[in-house]
Amino acid sequence: MANLTINGKQIIVPDGVTILDAARRNDIYIPTLCDDPRLEPHGGCRLCLIQVKGMPRPVTACTTPVTEGMEIETTNEQIERQRRTIVELLLSDHPNDCMICDKAGDCTLQELAYFYDIRSNRFVGERRQYTKKDQNPFIERDMEKCILCGKCVRVCDEIQGLGAIDVAGRGFTAKVSPAFEKDLNCEFCGQCVSICPTGALMGKQSVGKGRQKDVKEVETVCTYCGCGCNVTLHVSRNEVVRVTSRPDTINEGWLCVKGRFGYSFINIPARLTTPLIKKDGKFVPASWDEALDLIAEKLGAIKEKHGPDAIGGLSSARCTNEENYLFQKFIRAGIGTNNVDHCARY
Amino acid sequence: MEEKLEGILTRYRENEGNLISILQDIESEFGYLREDAINWVSERLDVPPAKFYGIATFYAQFHLKPRGKNVITACCGTACHVKGSERLINSLVKELAIPEGEETSEDLQFTVEKVNCVGACSIAPVIIVNKIVHGKMTPDKLMKEMKTLKEGKREYTDYI
Amino acid sequence: MNKDVSIKVCMGTGGIAAGGVEVMSTFEKALASVGIKAAVQKNCSMHKVGCRGFCARDVLVDVIIDGTKSTYQYIKPDMVERIVQEHVVGGAPIGDWLVTDDYHTFHDKQVKVVLSDCGEVDPEDIDSYLGRGGYEAVKKVLTTMTPQETIDVIKASGLRGRGGAGFPTAVKWDMAIKATGPKKYLICNADEGDPGAFMDRSVVEGNPHAVIEGMIIGAYAIGAPHGYVYIRAEYPLAVERLHLAIKQAKERGYLGKNILGKGLDFMIKVKLGAGAFVCGEETALIASIEGKRGQPKAKPPFPVQKGLWGYPTIINNVETLANVPYIIRKGASWYAAMGTEKSKGTKVFALTGKILNSGLIEVPMGIPLKEVIYDIGGGIENGKKLKAVQTGGPSGGCIPANMVDTTLDYESLSKVGSIMGSGGMVVLDETDCMVNVAKYFLQFTQSESCGKCIPCRVGTKRLLEILTRITEGKGREGDIELLESLAADVKTSSLCGLGQSAPNPVLSTIRYYRDEYEAHIYEKRCPAGVCKDLLSYSILEEFCKGCTACTRVCPAGAIIGEKKKPHKIIQDICIKCGACFETCKFKAIKKG
Repeated sequence: MANLTINGKQIIVPDGVTILDAARRNDIYIPTLCDDPRLEPHGGCRLCLIQVKGMPRPVTACTTPVTEGMEIETTNEQIERQRRTIVELLLSDHPNDCMICDKAGDCTLQELAYFYDIRSNRFVGERRQYTKKDQNPFIERDMEKCILCGKCVRVCDEIQGLGAIDVAGRGFTAKVSPAFEKDLNCEFCGQCVSICPTGALMGKQSVGKGRQKDVKEVETVCTYCGCGCNVTLHVSRNEVVRVTSRPDTINEGWLCVKGRFGYSFINIPARLTTPLIKKDGKFVPASWDEALDLIAEKLGAIKEKHGPDAIGGLSSARCTNEENYLFQKFIRAGIGTNNVDHCARY
Repeated sequence: MEEKLEGILTRYRENEGNLISILQDIESEFGYLREDAINWVSERLDVPPAKFYGIATFYAQFHLKPRGKNVITACCGTACHVKGSERLINSLVKELAIPEGEETSEDLQFTVEKVNCVGACSIAPVIIVNKIVHGKMTPDKLMKEMKTLKEGKREYTDYI
Repeated sequence: MNKDVSIKVCMGTGGIAAGGVEVMSTFEKALASVGIKAAVQKNCSMHKVGCRGFCARDVLVDVIIDGTKSTYQYIKPDMVERIVQEHVVGGAPIGDWLVTDDYHTFHDKQVKVVLSDCGEVDPEDIDSYLGRGGYEAVKKVLTTMTPQETIDVIKASGLRGRGGAGFPTAVKWDMAIKATGPKKYLICNADEGDPGAFMDRSVVEGNPHAVIEGMIIGAYAIGAPHGYVYIRAEYPLAVERLHLAIKQAKERGYLGKNILGKGLDFMIKVKLGAGAFVCGEETALIASIEGKRGQPKAKPPFPVQKGLWGYPTIINNVETLANVPYIIRKGASWYAAMGTEKSKGTKVFALTGKILNSGLIEVPMGIPLKEVIYDIGGGIENGKKLKAVQTGGPSGGCIPANMVDTTLDYESLSKVGSIMGSGGMVVLDETDCMVNVAKYFLQFTQSESCGKCIPCRVGTKRLLEILTRITEGKGREGDIELLESLAADVKTSSLCGLGQSAPNPVLSTIRYYRDEYEAHIYEKRCPAGVCKDLLSYSILEEFCKGCTACTRVCPAGAIIGEKKKPHKIIQDICIKCGACFETCKFKAIKKG
């Protein structure tokens, strides 16, 4: 453990953590745009510059590990002036169309502009202008809003292990891009969307469907497979408009393409909402009691007539382990056969 | 193509090369970074093509488009700048009909590129024509040189 | 014929550009054709030598007969015949073609350590270097000194890093010797990217073995078995000579396993840069050797803790390493006797710009700037007045003419707001606009910004835009203050040295030439007459003879008038190229 002081406050943190981490653990605010505790530190946005006593110049809190006896100042006049300048510089190369941006209200850049009260900008000049639209089915990429924090690149490489995108070019015209500026063609897990601090990356299906303030969040578990990822459904006007996941969950906030983007079936009118029983050659809606009674009756009859081995059970990967356990128990003990299998085996 | 790329990969493995040296080899083999070549290498090495693209667009030495038969390089170092390299470049672009925003003429005969200091400041301004360094260049001398190149009086091979 | 004849042709990049190859082959032919082939062959040797610094006079040729050296300047192939006939055969040097007195003043005030063998040894022949005491230093450290003793000698010599920051070399090595790990690396940084600087190129081209020898000593001192030279691909000749030198050193047992039988293993690999200025920065250089995008990383951890492939790594500049063998050979006190209290030894500068004798110079630290400009440099070109000297390239600043008494050492330069940098020295005269100079350097750094951090990526862009509008006559009140404030923030908040120093040219020119900025902004006037948008050319009728010379050179057809009557420039068509101004013999064109 290391003893240090942040803004005069004595704190104790484990050895080796970064200053930013130490501050977070003690609820001390240091602004940042490019850091995520789940990713390798980047040190690019320069917002977390802080002053450490004895160091000749400010250092980034996200990359500097704590040492015993460190005296840290997270804010002073010069640091705040620099941070303000950085936000101003970012805004001078940004569309600033918050009024129509889906990310408004949930955008770190907007939040910082608010925090630093940037009404007018001292800097005006050339803005990056990109007209090409990415035609992929899931992810809207508005590179004019990109602040090059590099989180999407890192998450794709470090977490997803894919590296579908990287920073291309350099300097003012550097741009996050798939190879040869092609349309994105990846697993579409949307990890990049989840981590983007601005409106540069959005789910295509969510655009125009309601901003964060109109959304009711419903915590649930993804039903696509047995992993049991925690998901948060964003519901607006009784419609699921977006799926996210919180970083403090079992899946650390990461999802796959199905969990993140495979939700449009929920609102489709043709979706089955009750069991159907075929009567006179036609499917007719029925209650669960009716349906289960019918299944029990038919299975009982088959077992009676042909013996239990005439019945087999096949279970789904979309069930949980517990459900799968119950299912085989039902087939083995209830029906009395070992004819049971699981779709994951095929 | 694949044979050449196999050769590049062999060299890469033998000399503990890196992605930059692979790109340098592709560039010198094909004259520019061909997309199909990069995709081929990327698949063989299991390195995402986006990574190659990121590197290729970072370094000034790499080109993603075919280059001209004759490459004219203008030094833009401090000494060359104060001694009028800008004027030389403008006259080159005009004389060789290089489209705006491009480096290479449409018939792929000429490429005009700017480089940072080539370190021959005492003979500024410097123009490199097909790897031969020409010092103390003037617009007149340069135009004469271009004329001989254009008329084919001097072939590219004369320089090598 | 039994004279001992030796001919040395300058074959640095400058020499070759001026026709060195042709001069050399013509010498070979001419010597052969005078019918003294057999006799001369034995005694007459032709050497390629590296840069001797005075590139403006290329091709330089030494003709040495029985030990008497005559140096010719501006030699062209068609002059060779006469030299051979009259001088080599006839024994009478051709006075008109010999170097003049200023060639000697150029050399007199210089003290050559790093460059002492440049221009003397044949860089493509290890024996030539060995003949001048080469690799003696390696023998000395391997046979008589421990690594710690080696570092102690360097410490006592006071050698500081010549790459720019001036960090004491021995302190760096000391940290490396203490760093533990299965592997260590020593990297020679030859990614000399500053525009207007060519010291490292000349050293590698002129005497590559000195760099290699320095690296071997460094490797021994810190215990690094692996070395890299990271060199710009824009220096093909230097790369070629370096490869050759490494090969030769390996053949002679100075590189490889068990060097000189003393148990030291060290091998050098050459990595070519691919054209990114930022790769001169240590962490970016490491990323580039690893084959990645050359983006810098935050420090700590420093390369000496966690560098190439995660192992402790020391990065030294070419000139620093080239100093090492000479210090070991001649002793720390010899070296420390040169220079000032805190800046020891000599420094190589690339003297360029509006100076009469441009070229590569090596001077003792602490020499007054004015001696460099007026004695070595021979003063300003075309009789113009000195305005400022820019040192340190795009990371440096300007020293105004009234401060030419400033001495050249790390401390004095930083006191006047400039830096030593890697040694670029660009002389500016009264026709240079300081706002334009600042704009030029910022254009450079802005286009070389890697884009990783915001202050550098967007900040330098905005600085450049403000400067551009000032030079275009669109400057606004408050722009100078805005420049100062943004420059200060970019300096303190950027990630690496590139961004941290990029605003220096702006701050330094504002500091000394605020009035020029003000003239651009408030009077819409460029005092030096450089900024095109603030210029207009007009014809003074009373001087114009109507000779039509200007009409003929005007590329835009903007000048009209009858023959022998005063002409006129149509302002809407004029592109302000200045061609008429340069052509008029009657000083009838007014610029302003």
